[in-house]
Amino acid sequence: MSTLVAPKKEAADSIFNDKNLHAKNKVYQTKELNLWYGSNHALKQINLDIYENEVTAIIGPSGCGKSTYIKALNRMIEMVPSVKTSGEIQYRGRNIFDKRYGVEELRTKVGMVFQKPNPFPKSIYENVVYGPRIHGIRDKKVLNQIVEKSLKGAALWDEVKDRLQDNAYGLSGGQQQRLCIARCLAIEPDVILMDEPTSALDPISTLKVEELVQILKKEYSIIIVTHNMQQAARISDRTAFFLNGEVVEFAETDKIFSNPTDKRTEDYITGRFG
Amino acid sequence: MPVREKFDEELAVLRGKLLDLGHFAENALSLSIQALENHDIELALEIMENDTKANILYEEINDYAILLIAKQQPVAIDLRRIIVAIKIATDIERIADFAVNIAKSTIRIGKEDHVKPIVHIKQMHAICLTMLNDSLSAFNEEDLKKAKAVADMDDEVDDLYGQTIVDLLRISGEQSERIPQITQLSFVCRYLERAADHVTNISEHIFYLVKGKQFDLND
Repeated sequence: MSTLVAPKKEAADSIFNDKNLHAKNKVYQTKELNLWYGSNHALKQINLDIYENEVTAIIGPSGCGKSTYIKALNRMIEMVPSVKTSGEIQYRGRNIFDKRYGVEELRTKVGMVFQKPNPFPKSIYENVVYGPRIHGIRDKKVLNQIVEKSLKGAALWDEVKDRLQDNAYGLSGGQQQRLCIARCLAIEPDVILMDEPTSALDPISTLKVEELVQILKKEYSIIIVTHNMQQAARISDRTAFFLNGEVVEFAETDKIFSNPTDKRTEDYITGRFG
Repeated sequence: MPVREKFDEELAVLRGKLLDLGHFAENALSLSIQALENHDIELALEIMENDTKANILYEEINDYAILLIAKQQPVAIDLRRIIVAIKIATDIERIADFAVNIAKSTIRIGKEDHVKPIVHIKQMHAICLTMLNDSLSAFNEEDLKKAKAVADMDDEVDDLYGQTIVDLLRISGEQSERIPQITQLSFVCRYLERAADHVTNISEHIFYLVKGKQFDLND
């Protein structure tokens, strides 16, 4: 039908195809990634690029492979004994599945925030310095600086600066999640993986985390798995739609949520299935 | 289990309200030309009075659409369905206003015989009605072929408009005492020509609805 008449303006297209978006560096390049849990083929021929200083959202119905994919990015998936993979995930040009690539080295660069806030049963202060201590930092002055910087980065400093020695369990759910983000920032990662980081939070805490993500992307590259499609639309630059272990569509978020190419994407984002 | 059944029902209600407004405008436009042809002042007054119904329906559509956006947070084609309904409602409401304008011209002309038979005006009107009716079914069926055919008909209305205005200008040179009526008849032509343009807009909205891109069908 498009041959009937020519589009009026290309303006709308140029918004969707912002040249600046394409010019960015790639943090991750996933090439023909396949992943099996035993005989279950959970990820099929995934090709996906993650760009620097962007928020990439991963959406899709339960069991589509989105959490599996994000856990592959920091090799957490290897903790599942029956996992096999083929293909490559390159982080900054190096294949993370390469035997010579130390998993500790990777995880220093790639932090993760989980669905449920999972602070350690320690003080707020100790939660933040846990990672840096493991990395050998002992100087109290340096650790203090890290705590302040990380908590400020996670937009939590003002709320907790007077009670850093209190137990982290005394914080609200939203504060605990931001503490987990602060703990992640303390090791100065390059990438932050977020697996449904707001699904256990109330709406205001959710919006705070969303605001935070917008600030953090100036310094970090963020990949977020979310079931909240309005959240993906609000905070991400690009969105990948996963279905049955495949990437059905990966494009600028504006395009995905206004005029997706694939009928399955449209059906999913408009809530017709899933 | 079907999901978003309630939302689909609500979208159907919105579509129904829009079609109601469309059929109201069709009827008003028909009656306005009937009143013009028969010098029927009473009918003209009735058309003017009834226009509040179009305005009420128009407001209802807007309110309902805004409520749907707030409640359902639609995206992609769902959002376009609602936005396009608001836009089409605006075009149709304007067409209903043209029927009122024609009724006003009818009242100004009064019982005075027409300077010439209003054949071209009736032809323009007939095409406008077909366009409006087809555009409503094109909208209802999301049928781009039909929407395009509707837009193409606009050229016929434009041609008739050009011819009629030339005719009326000529008569105004010959019968200067009848210029007031000739002016009113020219206005009527202009209203019909504009009504056809608004129907063409409806076709463009249907293209946007289906394709998610802006198209210009006015060329």
